Amino acid sequence: MRSDRHAHPASGKLADRVLEKTGVDVARCYQCGKCSAGCPLAADMDLPPSQIMHLLQFREFPEFAEMALRSHTIWLCLTCEICYCRCPMELDIPKVMDALRHEALMQGKVNPKARDIIAFHRAFLDSVRYTGRLYEMGQVVDYKLRSGHFLQDLLQAPGMFLAGKLHLLPERIRGRRLLGRIFARTAAKAKENRP
Amino acid sequence: MKTGFYPGCSMKGSAREYSESLMAVAAALGRELPEIPDWNCCGATAAHNLDRDLALALPARILAAAERDGMDEVLVPCAACYSRLSVTRHELLEDEALRRKISELIEAEYKGTARVLNILEWLAAVPDLESRVKAPFARKVACYYGCLLVRPAGIVNFDRPEEPQSMDRLMQRIGAEPLDWAFKTECCGAGFSVSRTDLVARLSSLILDDAVARGAEAIIVACPMCHLNLDLRRPNIEKHAGKKYGIPVLYITQALGLALGIDAKKLGLQRHKVSPSALLVPASAKTAAGPQSASGDAPAEAGAKVPAERTV
Repeated sequence: MRSDRHAHPASGKLADRVLEKTGVDVARCYQCGKCSAGCPLAADMDLPPSQIMHLLQFREFPEFAEMALRSHTIWLCLTCEICYCRCPMELDIPKVMDALRHEALMQGKVNPKARDIIAFHRAFLDSVRYTGRLYEMGQVVDYKLRSGHFLQDLLQAPGMFLAGKLHLLPERIRGRRLLGRIFARTAAKAKENRP
Repeated sequence: MKTGFYPGCSMKGSAREYSESLMAVAAALGRELPEIPDWNCCGATAAHNLDRDLALALPARILAAAERDGMDEVLVPCAACYSRLSVTRHELLEDEALRRKISELIEAEYKGTARVLNILEWLAAVPDLESRVKAPFARKVACYYGCLLVRPAGIVNFDRPEEPQSMDRLMQRIGAEPLDWAFKTECCGAGFSVSRTDLVARLSSLILDDAVARGAEAIIVACPMCHLNLDLRRPNIEKHAGKKYGIPVLYITQALGLALGIDAKKLGLQRHKVSPSALLVPASAKTAAGPQSASGDAPAEAGAKVPAERTV
């Protein structure tokens, strides 16, 4: 693997690591702005997608890479795939966003505004880790504890329960021990890569 | 040819009417849909946002289980699960080293033999759908595909990524009038339903606005996330928009089920936040019967009467 040449996974240029992880060469972006024009959440982002690509292109300025990693943008990306669909260079920008999110987590450079979004993802995965499937009740409680939003959607629950959409008990799969091992291995690898 | 079924977590919970209506339709069409044994969650948005290996391992375990069970293809009705399974299959078939690494991680060989099918592909393959229609679904509908059924085009290889037609054609086959509209594949906010409800309310209100402006009587979806945001999140949307929307949101399998003459209750239509009762009165009665049907409060059982009245 190409990363073997680096002393550490977090060393070297961010653009190179993005290329290695995603196969996307950010240098090919010629800043037409179509991704930003089509992005449903561009107006809510601190940097539109095309500017994230631009920042990565300044290979000799690590502070620019840092801006991309610390942006709110990478966490707001919905992976709706419209940017990739319209990119004249066929650059898989959602995949770049995934790689940037992983880098930001690994380097501890997560934008504070993304707190709730990440809390939700972690609560979701906790449920999968322990039961094998999404246990919606458990996830909601987990999310509330992580985010501090204790009152949110409280009024939704009775209606959902009456409609038969909320189960009190989780469905647990037989293979959940294997899932536990998968989660443990991927977490160990992520920890190993931390600077 | 063995076709397996991957329900995914939503269809067991918040989208159970999608599963109920699919099962009812499959039974009416005489198709068997065995579940993949001991399937797990695909990891959804959470896994691919946080960890790449995990995002590939979870779907790979599902597909490996399907292969072991002798399934040649797997129906994945949830568009989000469909995307994760399709992306995983694509990436692992493209990269042999990655395939071996992930196989090791899931302690099973993933070969990539089982094809991944979405609901529209599966339904489109029913050859004699028209002849089975007992109560044409004669409504103006806005077919909402969302993002992940059609994108990324190079991976899913299905329909057009921005102006898809497959659901429109299916709806035509059961007697509906699909409308030309601008939000077929615009994002509803997807997985931000809980963590950024404000954004979901705004994006979803734009979708409802256009559907209503074009005169749609219903929005048809093929994804539990889209349904959750457009239906269950309706109060949040209305609060954001400062107005009410009456338009119901139906799963494609529910619209199909009604056309096939299946009882509305069996299709789980009573589980929606936004009542679809106006759709259960026969379309012709609506114009003919006048004030009686204008109330739109027909009991759910009305759906069951439709076929008897309309069978030729």
